[in-house]
Amino acid sequence: MITVSGLRKAYGDVVALDGVDLHVGKGEVFGVLGRSGAGKSTLLRCVNLLERPDEGVVTVDGRELTDLGATDLRRARQRIGMIHQHFALLSSRTVAGNVAFPLEVMGVGRAARARRVAEMLDLVGLADRAGAYPAQLSGGQKQRVGIARALAAEPSVLLSDEATSALDPATTQSILALLRRLNRELGLTILLITHEMDVIKAVCDSAAIMSDGRIAEAGRIPDLLATPGSRLAAELFPLPPAEPGTVTVALAADQALLSRLARAHDVDVAIAAGAVEQVAGVPAGRLRLRITGTGTAAALADLRERGLLVEEDA
Amino acid sequence: MTWSEMSPLLWEATGQTAVMVGWSTLFTVLFGLPLGVCLAGTDRGGLFPAPAVRRVLGLVVNVGRSVPFIVLMIAVIPVTRVLTGTTIGTAAAVVPLTIGAVPFFARLVETALREVGRDVVQAAEAMGAGRVTIVTRVLLAEALPGLVAGLTVTVVTLISYSAMAGVIGGGGLGDLAVRYGYQRFETTLMVVTVVVLVVVVQLAQTLGDAVARRLSHR
Repeated sequence: MITVSGLRKAYGDVVALDGVDLHVGKGEVFGVLGRSGAGKSTLLRCVNLLERPDEGVVTVDGRELTDLGATDLRRARQRIGMIHQHFALLSSRTVAGNVAFPLEVMGVGRAARARRVAEMLDLVGLADRAGAYPAQLSGGQKQRVGIARALAAEPSVLLSDEATSALDPATTQSILALLRRLNRELGLTILLITHEMDVIKAVCDSAAIMSDGRIAEAGRIPDLLATPGSRLAAELFPLPPAEPGTVTVALAADQALLSRLARAHDVDVAIAAGAVEQVAGVPAGRLRLRITGTGTAAALADLRERGLLVEEDA
Repeated sequence: MTWSEMSPLLWEATGQTAVMVGWSTLFTVLFGLPLGVCLAGTDRGGLFPAPAVRRVLGLVVNVGRSVPFIVLMIAVIPVTRVLTGTTIGTAAAVVPLTIGAVPFFARLVETALREVGRDVVQAAEAMGAGRVTIVTRVLLAEALPGLVAGLTVTVVTLISYSAMAGVIGGGGLGDLAVRYGYQRFETTLMVVTVVVLVVVVQLAQTLGDAVARRLSHR
């Protein structure tokens, strides 16, 4: 749905993007993690060409945006929703007026606009605040308006620029849950950038980590968990330093991994350490196990074969 | 001087001031608003950056603002003649008043537009809005309370400028105070005129503040 290749962008001597390749599949929630200054914000703003990259190609929903003229680009942007860290709502307009804005830009008629606005406000649970001004809303409500506005024009893609960074933890969770629901119900593709690990864990199917203008690592989260030496997996699911005689395994698709292992190879499996959380609604993480018994070697071979063995410290 | 003697003079002068300030306010908005939009828009990081254009506009505006109004009034007499066919009277005074107030108002417009957050403008760009849409529905709409406040200050300034219009026969309250109060030693009339001016300015400011407050939803 979104493909970025060979993206370069420099501001004077400062290189913000140094050859970035990225692919976000249809219906996927993709998170880019990075510290401030890593270039993730520039990356996101290059996707809808708010920033024009010095080099590289951006394709969204089959259209090569970097190739479009001003008018076509404006039209293409109408199909790309965006939400912002500080909401970026128009203070002079009511909630309904803000949601109607992208429809006005598209030239949607008054009646159709009103219908769509009501629909969107229902979707984000703000139908009763249609006549309120942004200044009268809480941060979470403002971001809900931002989401309703971003989705009013039925975009195929939603870009999220640190959308929860200005919110408290409880509100963050409710906004992330909303994004996840929209992803499921509407099949919406979401590319988000964040500096918060929890955001990645809460909603993302895939993740990338950025530093110094490059993507250091990217992949689906279950795959990352099973990748030895993965920096993202280690940051998302930190385990204490390894003890001798233990192995680290990835917990992803196979939820009953441990009991199956014990039954199949006649071994005892003890958990030495673990980091397991709900990732996009499914338990996932890493476990450090102490496997004992006669079938230990066979059990390890089995894990290795299934690509779940991340680390052997024996 | 009795009240019945003063009353017609005051009414006439108030009417002249209203005509001068009214028309020049209208023309000031007509020319100053687009000029202010250009000043803000051509700046670096503006909607249509053009540093060279901005420098020229900025220079013109600053020259306009640095010429004392009484000098400006005399200096633009040729322009006044071309535009109104005369160089004296209330209508003629509208020309220098407008020329004097446009740069002033344009700077206030520029400042008000600058107050609109960059993120809001970018959000509109991200939605595929064009420049015209952004100027009218984002910049001007968001800055409206500030624009009204700027207009109020401009009107008050125009009222004060118009007091000098007597020099070119424009009449008005200021002229009345000078001719009767100063030149004919009619202190009572001068005091009354000043009171009327104070009330008029007060009304303009209060009305402007109320409108700005009503429009602001921050």
